[in-house]
Amino acid sequence: MQIGRRFVLKAGVALATIAALPRALLAAAWPVNAFSAETATGALNELLGTEQTTPSDQINLDVPVIAENGAVVPITITTTLSNVESISIVVENNPRPLAAAFEIMPGTLPEISSRIKMGETSDVMAVVKTDSGIYSTSKQVKVTIGGCGG
Amino acid sequence: MASNIKIKTKISGDLVEIKSLMIHPMETGSRKDPETGALVPQHHITQLTFTHNDQVALVANLSTAISKNPYFSYKFRGAKAGDVLKVSWVDSKGGTDELETVLK
Amino acid sequence: MRKAAAVLGVIVAALLVQQNALAGPEEDRLAFVAYFESRFPEIPFAQFANGIYAIDSDARKQWLEIEEFPPYEFAVERGNELWHKALPDGQMLADCFAAELPDIRGQFPRFDVASGEVITLEVAINDCRIEHNQPSLAYDSSEMIDLTAYLAFEARGTKVDIRVPEDQAGALAAYESGKRFYYSKRGQLNFACADCHVASAGQWVRADRLSASIGHTTHFPVYRSKLGGMISLQKRFAGCIRDVRAKPFELQSTQYRNLEYFLSYMSNGLEWNGPGARK
Repeated sequence: MQIGRRFVLKAGVALATIAALPRALLAAAWPVNAFSAETATGALNELLGTEQTTPSDQINLDVPVIAENGAVVPITITTTLSNVESISIVVENNPRPLAAAFEIMPGTLPEISSRIKMGETSDVMAVVKTDSGIYSTSKQVKVTIGGCGG
Repeated sequence: MASNIKIKTKISGDLVEIKSLMIHPMETGSRKDPETGALVPQHHITQLTFTHNDQVALVANLSTAISKNPYFSYKFRGAKAGDVLKVSWVDSKGGTDELETVLK
Repeated sequence: MRKAAAVLGVIVAALLVQQNALAGPEEDRLAFVAYFESRFPEIPFAQFANGIYAIDSDARKQWLEIEEFPPYEFAVERGNELWHKALPDGQMLADCFAAELPDIRGQFPRFDVASGEVITLEVAINDCRIEHNQPSLAYDSSEMIDLTAYLAFEARGTKVDIRVPEDQAGALAAYESGKRFYYSKRGQLNFACADCHVASAGQWVRADRLSASIGHTTHFPVYRSKLGGMISLQKRFAGCIRDVRAKPFELQSTQYRNLEYFLSYMSNGLEWNGPGARK
């Protein structure tokens, strides 16, 4: 894995670097099982080792009420939780619910914006893993079949 | 030749906002080619990595449920003008792309 | 003093004559604007250039998020390269257009007396290529889209100012033809453009909210989320016509050129604000 190799090559500085960024070494393989899971609970189990999340109002999930088009749904997740390690997006009713999993490194703020695809009306869950637990919040986004712009 | 990755950055104090947009079909594998009727094979960015001065800032593991021509925005604290920002991705067919830029 | 009075007399006479004449394009436009302003009194005139996003706030928020980094930027960049690439004979496309870069897009559509047709930006680009012994670009080709995206972007901020010159009889006929098309019912669904975009503007057709016709032509080409790609204005005409289950005309057909002429005139006074992002 390229990132791992880079750290080995910079061995002289690596000790301090590794101590500062232990999780960088864990930014490894693409979690194939999590991405092929067909249920939200299955995806969370594969990705985080558990499907249990603690609902948290310290996570702000910004998604539209009615998506203009299911192919491009803007999403922004921010959180005031501390020591965030990852932010993941789970779209319950997508054929493969895990949409993305972002590994947040030290220095990077625990917020992310992107654009996702939704196949149909669904709850969208933002899952935030910190050093003290796994938290989540959820909102429903309606996806409609077009009329004429459709 | 224009790049297939675009980056916009905005520094305020020691915080930098990094927005990126990249060309990629992000095919789900469920779409039918309108002309042939055949399924267009899955083809999507799997992992996207952002580094600041060679240190990993963000790793995005992605599914086909990221929109075509993906967009990402994040913020990093401890940045300054002159820092080197690099974004690189690998996709499900082994394709890669990257762009390096210097924060202004 | 007498000369001034005479001039004033001529002006007053002309106004009276105009008032008694059949309504021309400017009267049509003023009526069009007045209608939409009374339908949507809270929308500032300039905002009509943003279509449904001037009317629907949830859709507007999503649009603004896409405008944070809109995918049409790639087309603009490619168009910039194409525009500045010399043709094989050493000339530039720019040489065909007697205007500064920001004003090129806004010269079209216009009526060309020599050919007796409405010329659109796309047709003018191809005319230029033919003049330089280059093959025409297909009207829905990516190169044509990229070029028009670039010219649209460079025109941002300039005002739509389409002319239907009185001294060019064919111009008014083309405008009237486009207007007739706009108000004619067609297709299995038997809808006229006006049925949805005038009478029912702001209302819902299944899950889509109908945009107002004023401002329809200011922001093309458009990146469509649904397609993950760009389309031209006339491609959108074709799509709409297919949606009412009528057979679309060819891109840059006389019918679409005249329709574009009429609709562009109706948006006079708004700013050119292409390329756009739509669902």
